[in-house]
Amino acid sequence: MSTTIKDTQKMIEDVLDAYPEKAKKERARHLAANDPTGQCSTCKVKANTKSRPGVMTVRGCAYAGAKGVVWGPVKDQITISHGPVGCGQYSWWSRRNYYNGQTGIDTFGTMHITTDFQEKDIVYGGDKGLDAALHELRELFPLAKGIGILSECPVGLIGDDIEAVSKRVAKEFGIPIVPVRCEGFRGVSQSLGHHIANDTIRDYVLGKGKLERSTPYDVALIGDYNIGGDAWASRKILEEMGLRVIAQWTGDASVNELGIATKAKLNLIHCYRSMNYICRHMEEEYGIPWDEFNFFGPTKIYASIRKIASHFDDHIKENAEKVIEKYKPVMDAVVERFKPKLEGKKVMLYVGGLRPRHTIGAYEDLGMEVIASGYEFGHNDDYNRTYPVMKEGAVIMDDATLHELEEFTRRMKPDMVGSGIKEKYSYHKMGVPFRQMHSWDYSGPYHGFDGFPVFARDMDMTVNNPAWNLIRRKK
Amino acid sequence: MRQIAVYGKGGIGKSTTTQNTVAGLSQAGYKCMIVGCDPKADATRLILHAKAQTTVMDLARERGTVEDLEVDEVLLTGFNGIRCAESGGPEPGVGCAGRGVITAINFLEENGAYDADTDFVFYDVLGDVVCGGFAMPMREGKAKEIYIVTSGEMMAMYAANNISRGILKYAHSGGVRLGGLICNSRKTDKEYELISELAKKLGTQLIHFVPRDNQVQRAELRRMTVIEYSPEHSQAEEYRMLAKKIADNRDLVIPTPISMDELEQLLMDFGIMESEEAAA
Repeated sequence: MSTTIKDTQKMIEDVLDAYPEKAKKERARHLAANDPTGQCSTCKVKANTKSRPGVMTVRGCAYAGAKGVVWGPVKDQITISHGPVGCGQYSWWSRRNYYNGQTGIDTFGTMHITTDFQEKDIVYGGDKGLDAALHELRELFPLAKGIGILSECPVGLIGDDIEAVSKRVAKEFGIPIVPVRCEGFRGVSQSLGHHIANDTIRDYVLGKGKLERSTPYDVALIGDYNIGGDAWASRKILEEMGLRVIAQWTGDASVNELGIATKAKLNLIHCYRSMNYICRHMEEEYGIPWDEFNFFGPTKIYASIRKIASHFDDHIKENAEKVIEKYKPVMDAVVERFKPKLEGKKVMLYVGGLRPRHTIGAYEDLGMEVIASGYEFGHNDDYNRTYPVMKEGAVIMDDATLHELEEFTRRMKPDMVGSGIKEKYSYHKMGVPFRQMHSWDYSGPYHGFDGFPVFARDMDMTVNNPAWNLIRRKK
Repeated sequence: MRQIAVYGKGGIGKSTTTQNTVAGLSQAGYKCMIVGCDPKADATRLILHAKAQTTVMDLARERGTVEDLEVDEVLLTGFNGIRCAESGGPEPGVGCAGRGVITAINFLEENGAYDADTDFVFYDVLGDVVCGGFAMPMREGKAKEIYIVTSGEMMAMYAANNISRGILKYAHSGGVRLGGLICNSRKTDKEYELISELAKKLGTQLIHFVPRDNQVQRAELRRMTVIEYSPEHSQAEEYRMLAKKIADNRDLVIPTPISMDELEQLLMDFGIMESEEAAA
């Protein structure tokens, strides 16, 4: 074992020392010093287990994963938060999934719709209210192409038969009505919500869409939620390569797009964590191959373009090279401008989905180094994809706690931390430059050639902002 | 004011026993109230001479919320000034009847349904303690005294033992105590001895053995308690005795529920259940 790994392990132990014995033992399994070679047996973290009460985890729930992440962005579907008002109200469009359309007419992304449970709905069941809500929505929004019923906790507790209501009303309306059993108490994090949502796409809409004609270059863009326009930037690259993007899941997606992905020749998945389930299903059931790619930062973009092109004929492969050739000068100029200001800066990340590993390349393109990274709700397969892309001795964190994040920051002294809204203000108070990496701090896109200049500018703006020097720092 | 909850296996005769007992108490001069905690809302039928038409939850459903109700609308007065309320709730298979009980009891309490000169409040609770809602009457600040209606039938005894477990759980947090077993006779073998022994094992008493008599059914057909329908009948006297015993009862205990094996052993000891060797 190298000294770098040993040093990091020693630091982790020091941080853990603040915990009582039992908590310390449990949390120790979720923190590791990285070994990119995979030979060190103690350098792996345990993942996807129940959070320890009292540690201030930032995890969400199954409803958050199903409604907030997967189903919420589908633009021409109405998404009902079925239950009391709070779950939907306080998660209202917090992920900035951009879309085209006339909101309230043919698209409904920014609208918050709930059945607003009262005592009587709990006692007498919410199915009648749900039925009434569905009919009201049909009348108000006749252009909606589907309705999703996203269960909040009480629905699961009182055993409302939302499947029966959905089935009956779907027949009546002739559009998919999708009951999603994503009660928040299920599972250990939002991750199960992604899986549940994937399963309902499979059961209620997949394979049921209409596609006029097919081409040999049809692909589906899976696991891009178009945060700040990300999916549009990704789509642009694929189209310039000569591919036809027939479906975008689920950023700026239509219900029909969810239905026709089975006609794609290749499924391209960006956020592996939230949508690998449906890709595997389409592979098994429809024989559609899938591949992961990474559109953060020029190095990864070029590699991904070539990897995607390798699934197609020479025509696409030639296009791929042309696309790279076209954008390389633009990317080089971005690097040239920002790298001198960011070179050698250290970054600590603690995010969800794909970002703890996918953004590393983009930081490296700017000369920055990711010294610690972690997932809120990752599984083993996410970490196995992360170890090789991080340096030896970097800190790997699973379901990190506030104490751990603060202490690692104090000890490792990153020049910038990228995490979520819950961490943001404690870092502001610590005087550490911080970037909200869930919704790009109201900026974006960060994907693709369009995104990288924005990413580079934002990181410079964060790290080199003189405002940080005005904060009195605690020693 | 004493708050009393009556539990027991479904169909054992909780509502009949409660209403007859309360009728007896009211005749003895006590001011009484019955709160039915069963969505079927038939716990006050014999006192009101009709099924309660306005339950707390049904009215709350009609109006939108429970805050829109006045307590007078759901508190009805029946035989001998006995006041009655029903929690109400959903038809079987939907919603959450337990939550209905919680909401209804909170509503009655917050709106002063239990006034100062009430001597007894009886909660008549559906079947077994299936969830937190049906344990509501025995939580802190509610019923301090529980009576379990049982019989010599095995399942009724199982239920009595299970309910004792529920009481034990709340005994330390809410201060609830078991007042005794009421045996509503089904004329099974050695019933009196058996239930006396069960009571002993549970650390409590068999407070009264109510004999089986068809006069109860005759009165029920006329939507009355035996006490109202035929005050001179011997069965009416039984209920008056039970009422007096409850009024005088100071023997309130934390129950000592027994294991399934012990319960089965008890039945074997009384020759009701054959031991495996004997059966073979």
